Order: sequence, then structure tokens, then C-alpha cells
Amino acid sequence: MKNIPISALIGLFFTALYFLGAIFAPLLAPYGVGEVVGDVWEPSSADYLLGTDNIGRDLLSRMIYGGRTTIFIATAATVLSFTLGSVLGFFAAVMGGWIDQALSRFVDLVMSIPTLIFALVVLSVAPVTIPMLILVMGLLDATRVYRLARAVAVDIEVMDYVEAARLRGEKTAWIIFREILPNALSPLIAEMGLRFIFAVLFVSTLSFLGLGVQPPEADWGGIVKENKEGIVYGIPAALIPAFAIATLAISVNLVADWVLNRTTSLKGGRG
Amino acid sequence: MSPIVKLLAQRIALSLLLLLLISIVIFAGTIVLPGDVAQSILGQSATPEALANLRAELGVNDPPVERYIAWLFGAMQGDLGTALTSGQDIAQALSSRFWNTLFLAFWAAVVAVPLAIFLGLLAVRFKDRWPDKTISAVTLASISIPEFLIGYVLMYFIAVQLRWFPSVAMVNDNMSLFEKLNAIALPIAVLTLVVLAHMMRMTRAAILNVMQSAYIETAELKGLNAFQVIYRHAFPNAIAPIVNVVMLNLAYLVVGVVVIEVVFVYPGMGQYLVDHVSKRDVPVVQACGLIFAAVYIGLNMIADIVAILSNPRLRHPK
Repeated sequence: MKNIPISALIGLFFTALYFLGAIFAPLLAPYGVGEVVGDVWEPSSADYLLGTDNIGRDLLSRMIYGGRTTIFIATAATVLSFTLGSVLGFFAAVMGGWIDQALSRFVDLVMSIPTLIFALVVLSVAPVTIPMLILVMGLLDATRVYRLARAVAVDIEVMDYVEAARLRGEKTAWIIFREILPNALSPLIAEMGLRFIFAVLFVSTLSFLGLGVQPPEADWGGIVKENKEGIVYGIPAALIPAFAIATLAISVNLVADWVLNRTTSLKGGRG
Repeated sequence: MSPIVKLLAQRIALSLLLLLLISIVIFAGTIVLPGDVAQSILGQSATPEALANLRAELGVNDPPVERYIAWLFGAMQGDLGTALTSGQDIAQALSSRFWNTLFLAFWAAVVAVPLAIFLGLLAVRFKDRWPDKTISAVTLASISIPEFLIGYVLMYFIAVQLRWFPSVAMVNDNMSLFEKLNAIALPIAVLTLVVLAHMMRMTRAAILNVMQSAYIETAELKGLNAFQVIYRHAFPNAIAPIVNVVMLNLAYLVVGVVVIEVVFVYPGMGQYLVDHVSKRDVPVVQACGLIFAAVYIGLNMIADIVAILSNPRLRHPK
């Protein structure tokens, strides 16, 4: 873990900061999430560090609680997509034949529909709840993870040690979890960072469109939606989530970049 | 039949098949999911009679396969059904909005594509020096912010603080082209920023890939200057990958407009779709979903066709 470049350290620091903020939201937020404490769109002051929102709630508190919701949904969706996508991807690579063909063609089909359009079609009939959002985002994103996991696993699958495990008579589950998974972990972790950012942007977009997290629950996309009318009067409240999302995304990106570089240099600098 | 015609025919047939399968996915996606459509339209307080009437009107009681076939044949003849909420004919409501959306995406592409290719070439010319690094830093920043927020940031600074352009993009048929372009200047700027990053990076990667070939070294040894090497030798060979990137990004543009239209209150298809998703107007959502998917697949198909046509090995078989 030594020789971490400075950019990765900055990234790690801010990523950790955001996740700690999400976990300890109730301790950090000065006011409650739905508590009306002041006038509409008050400028920032000692009482309200970021000012107040469209109905007089403390913006800082809402940003902290909103970060909690956004980060929770994005994390859950990423975990779901990675578990499902990588296991299926490895499975397809190990089994080959018609199972591989069927899974891969189905994934191609789903990927040929734009993600946002597909999500909108599904959310027009499904109830818009947080578990549903996680499910939709996780399943749609799993197709991307599947592609990567399969590509990585196909390369590993032809290695001698996998052949040896086969000849030893190991079962498919052993080959997937004990032979392929440990060797595919690094590229998958780097990809996980990027998928996480994508999930943050995606859930924010859905909430902004009014099809994500429902009020009175706060989340970063929803805060933009609530305060967007202020923009025309020159009140920048709606821009605060932009800052939060951008810094979180850039931090995670820096970490993912570092993980990716580290793994390629481990292969003797060939990658 | 020459192999290239066969190849193109195969590619087009594949796209049509894909579109058919997608129509099944979109249709199935709205019926197999949990949740009663009639219930969600009318709300929890609906009477059983009202629910039963609406279900009959929606045709929920018919077998799904029959409904799908009726829907598909209707859609192929331009009949997309009527909207549940307003009773309007969907095809009629969509036609002008569809052209508005294409108008916006077209002008965004006119700005974004040449700019991205130029910046990509610039990044290659000054590889690993400050122009390259600046460009990649700006790229990283612009892919880290959701497009609707880029929209509000520009709206706040350019439309509200500086008052250069209007903050909402209202267009109608009576406006001249210049007035329309002035109205959509901000949405175009946002869309350009959104696709520029990706397009430029891929252009840079495609040209760098070509730059490692032997004929580039020959051209350099011949004494051509750097821009001439890129322009005359690297660029023609990088056309296929670049066109591919451009098409993929145009496809992305068509989807990206959905959110941008909502931000700038632009009367396009995206805003119509989002409106009707929250009203749970399933026929409208299906129709919009199908059209967006068709445009997306069409652009991807064109990308592949250009790649086939620009490959001399396929154009002149032995």
C-alpha cells in the first residue's frame, strides 16, 4: 500500500469523507431533514451555512441526508449489478457453448436499448420506491458488468491452472470462485468505481425527473428539482448538489484510475 | 452478389431483427412487471367499477400475445394508439415534437462533431504536453457532473447573470431559423459539453493507434511536418473508428436530449415522454420508447455500415 500517488490519496480522502458523512448523517446534520427552520431561500448565514431551500428547510442538513440516500442507493445498485453481472459473466465464460451464447445475446439485446429510456419504460408501470429503483438500476447495470466479467474470464479460463483444476475434478462453482474470481478482481474493482459514479449520476437524473426518490425524502437530484425555480431569480441553491456530485465523482475516478494503473503495472508493464 | 452487398444486407437485417426483439422487450416490460396499471392510473381510492372499465379500455383482459401483435401492426402503420390521460392521438402529438427533438440534436451535432475532432487532433499533436493535459482534465470534470446540472450551471451564469441567452428554450413554427437557434443556444452548449469529452477521447485514441503504424514513420522520415502527417496519413486511416465514435455519440445525444429538454422546457419528445411516465400513460411511454430505441439502433447501424464501406479490404475483394 506504499507509493500511493498524491491524486489517489486526495481521491481516497474525499471518497471516505462522503461515505462517513452518509453513515453519520443524523449526527452531523444541524437540523432535521424535513424541518422548516427559516424563510424561503435565505442566503447562507451562521445559522444556516448553505442557506435555506424553497420552503425554508436548512440546505446543509438536506444535502447531508440527501447524500446519504443517494450514496446508499448507488452503493446498493452497484453491489447488486456486480454480484449478478460478474457471477453470470464468469459462468458464461466457464460453461461456453449455448449457455454463453444465450446469455450474451440477451445482454446485447438489453444493451441496445438506451439505459435511461429502458428505465423510464419500466418506471411508468412499476411503483417508484427505493427498493424498486435499486432493482432497476442494478439489473440494467449488470449487463455492462457481465460484458467485462465475461471478457476477463475468457482470458483466465484458458490458463494452465484452470485446466489443472478441471483435471483435479473441481466443480464449476470452485472454478468460478476459487480460480477465476481472485484473478479477475483488480479490473473488476476499477470498473466498480466507474459503475458507482454512473449509478450516482443515474439516480440523481431520475430524481430530478421526479421518477426517483420521492419527497419528503431528500436526495441530491431531488434538491435540484425542488430549487430549480430559484435559478431564474439568481438563487444558486440548486447548484450545490452539482458541486457535491462532481467532487464525489472525481474522487472515485481518481481512486479507480489508480487501481487500474496498479493492476496493469503488476502485469510487468505490458498492459 | 459481391461480398460487401451481402455484408451490408446482413447488417441491415440484423438491425431490423433487433428492433423487433426490442419492441417485444418494451411491450413485455410494461406488462410482466408487478403493479396494476389501472390501479396506478386511478389511485388507491378508485372504485372497483372504474377499475374494471379502465382495464377493459386498456385491453388488459385480452391475452398479451394478441395485444402485442395488434400494437405492433398498428405501430408499423403509423397508428400508435391514443394517450390515456388526454385521449389525444399519439402519432399526431409526437410528429412535431419528434422534429423539434431532431432539430435540437442536429444542431448540437453540428457544433460538437467538428469541435471534438479538432480538439482530438490537437491533443494528439501536443500529446503529454499542457494542451493534452488541459483537455483531459476538462473532460474528466465534464463526465463527472450529470447533464441536467451542467444545464443549470450554464443557465445560472450565462442566462441569469450575464443575460446573453434566454433561460428557457421556447420554440414555435412562427420563429425564424435565427430566432430558433438563439432560443436553443444554451441546450446546444450543454449537449455539446456532454458528448464532446467522450468523442474527443476516442478520436485521440483512434489516431494514436494509427500513429504507431510503419507508414507514419515513413511519412515522418520523408520530412512532412506533424500536422501534415496527421492530416494526410493518420486521419484517413482513422476515419472508420472516428465515424463509429461520432455515431455512438449522436445516438447518445438523442437520449441525452430527454433530460435537457426537461431542464430548458423545450417542446420535444423527451419532455413528452417524461411527463407521461409520471402520469403512468403506458401507450405514450411505449410509443416514445420504441421511437427512441429505433433512432438509437438506426444510428448504430449507420456507424457499422460506414465502417464496412471505409474498409478498402472489404470494398475491393480479391
